[in-house]
Amino acid sequence: MTTTLDKLPDRLAVDRDRAFPDLVRTLQDGIYSGALQFTPNRQDAEDVTQETFARAYRALSSYDENRIRDLELRPWVWTIALNLCRNRARTASRHPEAALAVDRVDRTVDTAGEATANVDLATWRLRLATLTGPQRTAIVLHHVVGLSYGEIAGSTGRGESTIRSDARRGLARLKTLLEEEEMR
Amino acid sequence: MTDAETITTQLAGLARSAPEDTLDAVLRRTDLADEYTIIEGPTGQAYVAWNGRGITAFVPTEAVGSPADFETRHPRKASFVDAPPGQLAGYLEHTVETGRLGRLPVDLSSIGEFQRRVLEKCAEIPPGEIRPYGWIAREIGNPGAVRAVGTALGRNPIPVLIPCHRVVRTDGRIGNYAYGSPMKRSLLEHEGLDPEEIEAQARQGVRLVGSDTTGIYCYPTCRHAKRIKDNHRIEFRSETAAIEEGYRACKVCRPAA
Repeated sequence: MTTTLDKLPDRLAVDRDRAFPDLVRTLQDGIYSGALQFTPNRQDAEDVTQETFARAYRALSSYDENRIRDLELRPWVWTIALNLCRNRARTASRHPEAALAVDRVDRTVDTAGEATANVDLATWRLRLATLTGPQRTAIVLHHVVGLSYGEIAGSTGRGESTIRSDARRGLARLKTLLEEEEMR
Repeated sequence: MTDAETITTQLAGLARSAPEDTLDAVLRRTDLADEYTIIEGPTGQAYVAWNGRGITAFVPTEAVGSPADFETRHPRKASFVDAPPGQLAGYLEHTVETGRLGRLPVDLSSIGEFQRRVLEKCAEIPPGEIRPYGWIAREIGNPGAVRAVGTALGRNPIPVLIPCHRVVRTDGRIGNYAYGSPMKRSLLEHEGLDPEEIEAQARQGVRLVGSDTTGIYCYPTCRHAKRIKDNHRIEFRSETAAIEEGYRACKVCRPAA
């Protein structure tokens, strides 16, 4: 996965249209997994995933070769995705009844056969919703998507040490939350 | 017993695969391309293109020459790759080997409703058998649209795989083909038919054949007609002639005048 990304900026610079599908293939699972946590429902996550790459493509079309070669692709694409997720969440909060309606349907997502290790997507989204925005971003991007702290710093424009402490605090908060759940 | 490791393991388990059609949807949003490669077709090499919905084009290399020519004439951008994705490659190989579409997905989303129905009907014709244009027209419920059927087949974006070479003139002659009559003949020959014999029968006015033991008439290439022994084989010039003799139409090849 990383090996593909290593050579990808050069390939994108030389032959954008041919290399672009590999950018999508390499990053789509990560973007979708993150978007599932950052947006109100699965449909939004799918839209955000597609729109992220559509915007990335348009941006690449306007960049010159050197700028493309210098891109840190994963953080760069995540910057786009995070913006879209934020907009999606904002729209949803303006129309809470709509978000709620789809979310109820969304609880069935995991029964579609892709359930892994009994992890309940909906339950975890509720837990993650109790974190601050920056904590949730750091936790999801690092522990769910697998970005390094440096890459998250690159995506969010915040310092790496800030990201580390966001993630640490977020984990501590989740630990407390789970212990409370066990006591109930 | 909630430790940090349990939590991070569960968080890692929240990762999901993006929906299968993501790449295709993105390529559509960006007006980006199909992919294509060169395969060994039933009668020579061919360019074959696809997107996430299925096969979009099949063009014999002898008809277009270089990959650059293919890319120019393809209606969308097309990027060369070494091979189709695994599952599609398997289905494609099966179709080339058997002459049947089987489970091979084809993308007919960019063509009109009428043409799509013509091509889907055409794909039902088994290898080694031929039907006249009028048969498709009648089967799709437009018996008067024989010429339109011919036009729709002439613009088949996926010839060979969608076997428009198995559709012949109403008088029984082999007729035209987008890539020339010789290619149509060699495709039929490859499926075990004898083009000379087809033409000879057409000249003699034989359109249908029947069995005097079953009282059923068929198109001459129907798999049931092929089983008729010479001494029981009756030839008809028309549907009316067959019906007048008390024969009924085969329910498999469903011959029509």
